Amino acid sequence: MISAYRKSLFHMSPNMVADRPSKLGWLSALPPAALALAFLACLPTIAGGEAIRIAYDWVPSLGIRISFLLDGLSLTFALLISGIGAFVALYSSVYLAGHLHLGRFFFYLFFFMAAMLGLVLADNVITLFVFWELTTVASYLLIGFDHASAKARRSALQALLVTGAGGLALLAGLILLGFAAGSFELSVILTQGDLIRADALYLPILVLVLLGAFTKSAQVPFHFWLPNAMAAPTPVSAYLHSATMVKAGIYLLARMHPALSGTEVWIWSLTIFGAVTAVTASVLALRQTDLKLALAYTTVMALGTLTMFLGSEASVAVAAAVTFLMVHSFYKAALFMVVGIIDYRTGTREVAQLRGLAGVMPVTAVAAAAAALSMAGFPPFLGFIGKELKYEGALAIASEPMFVAGAAVLANALMVAVAGIVALRPFYGARLVTPKAPKEAPVRLWIGPLVLAALGLTFGLTPSLIADNLVQPAVTAILGRPEAVKLALWHGINLPLLLSVVTFALGLSVYFFHQPLRRILISLEARLPTTGDRTWDGLLTGLKALAAAQTRLLQSGILRRYLFVVFASLALAVGTTLIVTDAWRFSFAWSDLMLKHWAVVALIAAGAMMTAVVNSRLAAICALGVVGVGVAMLFVMFGAPDVAITQLLVETLVVVLVAVAMLRLPDLRRDPAPGFRGLDAVLALCVGAAVSATLLAVVAGPMDRSITTYFEGASVPEAFGHNIVNVILVDFRALDTFGEVAVVVVAALGAYALIRGTRRTREKSGGRP
Amino acid sequence: MNSPILSAATRLLVALMLVFSVYMLLRGHNEPGGGFIGGLIAGIGFILYAIAEGAAATRRALRFDPAAIAMIGLGIALLSGLVAGFAGDPLFTGQWWFIGAGEGDKGLPISTVLLFDIGVYLVVVGSVLTLVLALEEEV
Repeated sequence: MISAYRKSLFHMSPNMVADRPSKLGWLSALPPAALALAFLACLPTIAGGEAIRIAYDWVPSLGIRISFLLDGLSLTFALLISGIGAFVALYSSVYLAGHLHLGRFFFYLFFFMAAMLGLVLADNVITLFVFWELTTVASYLLIGFDHASAKARRSALQALLVTGAGGLALLAGLILLGFAAGSFELSVILTQGDLIRADALYLPILVLVLLGAFTKSAQVPFHFWLPNAMAAPTPVSAYLHSATMVKAGIYLLARMHPALSGTEVWIWSLTIFGAVTAVTASVLALRQTDLKLALAYTTVMALGTLTMFLGSEASVAVAAAVTFLMVHSFYKAALFMVVGIIDYRTGTREVAQLRGLAGVMPVTAVAAAAAALSMAGFPPFLGFIGKELKYEGALAIASEPMFVAGAAVLANALMVAVAGIVALRPFYGARLVTPKAPKEAPVRLWIGPLVLAALGLTFGLTPSLIADNLVQPAVTAILGRPEAVKLALWHGINLPLLLSVVTFALGLSVYFFHQPLRRILISLEARLPTTGDRTWDGLLTGLKALAAAQTRLLQSGILRRYLFVVFASLALAVGTTLIVTDAWRFSFAWSDLMLKHWAVVALIAAGAMMTAVVNSRLAAICALGVVGVGVAMLFVMFGAPDVAITQLLVETLVVVLVAVAMLRLPDLRRDPAPGFRGLDAVLALCVGAAVSATLLAVVAGPMDRSITTYFEGASVPEAFGHNIVNVILVDFRALDTFGEVAVVVVAALGAYALIRGTRRTREKSGGRP
Repeated sequence: MNSPILSAATRLLVALMLVFSVYMLLRGHNEPGGGFIGGLIAGIGFILYAIAEGAAATRRALRFDPAAIAMIGLGIALLSGLVAGFAGDPLFTGQWWFIGAGEGDKGLPISTVLLFDIGVYLVVVGSVLTLVLALEEEV
């Protein structure tokens, strides 16, 4: 038993792997594979130009529905999510076999898969947002899966805060969008593009939505969280942080394209942020020596490229984005899994230690080579078609074709170099000594990369397979109008082909000189004044310092000071409002007051004064009880017997409770400084005056009795009760009452724990304090 | 407190207060009263008992842990709200049955609203006693 526990603890060591066969095995791929098949079955319908809608009411009063929409765009994403999910699940069943928390891992993984599918299928912006946040939560849990590591915890929190903050902006943007379009249903919003673009709220909507998309999809300057997210186990990096979740922002941009695109702001912000992200990330990718980190930066580059192309209205540019989306998901998930295999079998991910693995891991080497060639964009892989389309799309962009094309060529050339460094170099050349003696990986590890890389080749050879079925419906969905899309390996000799040749030449030369280049980049980075990560640390430190400073200022720990602040704020807020709104000039009919009213008022006032001046606690409590009873009498006089009874009973309880608690309190000693007492008296008078004036002003104004009338009328016929107060409590507002009684229970349990807790500390410290 | 007079009077008073609390609970729908008030009266009755006979004796008399009573009350209130869900109404909609109702006779009204009020009653009794008994024992 103990040895088994130790063993599992050992398995939580950095590599978190073991050779023990997993109980899950091939079964783990079953749920995602079944989903993928179900989505495949929808393919003919969608390719035929139709969309599938399913809707349920959720909060009908707010126009919020749980509704789903399956069109070309969501189907493309859904197939990627479920299809790659199947291979990732399979891969994880070996990669994390014997891990202490394997069950928890699969729960998180499938939880994420469900959330991500919900996100891309949602047809209501609020539903979309809920799933959006769920993917953030899943990502947090998965990055921090190795929770014993401080680095993993920091990275998880960073990802959560960055994407969570973007999520809040997105929520605000989506709500404004709903108001501008008059509906929260996406299928309605997407047809209201002209109305939304003309709306006064268009700019705030756009900025907020872009904030959400850019944080989620790691655009500069929010890119820093994604490389840090590599603290997650490798299957997670392959799945969430390259193939699916980080593309949620891209999905959002594509989805919102018909509603928000086409304006100058849209075009320029997407083009510039995308281009800067793509180039920055590909340069940073070259600088990395850790294979996984290099891949992470190439993911950021891909996200930048996708953003850049979605800025355009041209159908070629959008087709380039959709094709590249698929190309990237295939090769990047495959490469991440390959890097995981290398790490698993050799014990290292450092480029300098890895050479000549092809001899011992032939299958992995084939998968890696195929994926890398697709990534570098060599024919006849799908990557080549994607790259040609990108150049064609860049040249078709109306605003700044040379800027976009230049950025694309530069980023792609660097991708050629990185593909060589990450996926080819470790497998060829003379073998080096690695921490573990490498051998070929088991089938469940290499099947995923192999199939995904093979898909890149198959679709490259027969592009019509995806052109008509997926790319065209997706482009149609993004642009909101039917578009013909052609994918072909050979376009003839034209400018895009020429740019491809330039890319290869540039890429290969960077590859051959990558070591000196990397040294330059590393020394440059050290001299850079700030990086995203350092700025982040600064922000967080500042926030904590601010919190600490205001806590020291406000939380003095002296009860008297707290009360003073609370009541002074109350008097100030109420008093100022009264004066500013001129509400204090009310008229009051003093003659309506009868003797009995004056008597009760005198009783209350006398009780209050007694409480303030007597020197015995018991007397003070009793005097306070007099005030309570006086208030109860007021309730009786004005026809609220229920409230009066409750008031009396609570008053009794308070006296009992305080009397019991008082036995332990020290003697009542009045504050020695008389100045404080005077100040307290002034404050008390101010609060009293302000509250009384407010109440009188309220009574002086006209009362809206519609609610009262409704309850009076509905109480007997609808709820069969004559006591309106009680009927409201237990029937009309039963949910509120339920919340209140739940609070009562929680408060009682909390107080109980406090009281018991003091005994325990007393016993520990040995006797009474 | 060791007072024979208080002790003797308490025995009578507590019984009366408990009966009265149930009376207040049941009549609450049509006249002043209800679960909250009834619960407070019952709670004060037990507090009186605790003052006269001590916390330990009160716990024995209660038979259940007061915190458990509060939780059970919360459960009953929740359950009464869920019944509406099974009947196809929004949650917490009152469900009524008039047993033996006929021409000109409305019968015996039974409702989830009453069940809800009983839940509130138990929550209040349980919470008040959780607090007071803990205070009595600790302080």
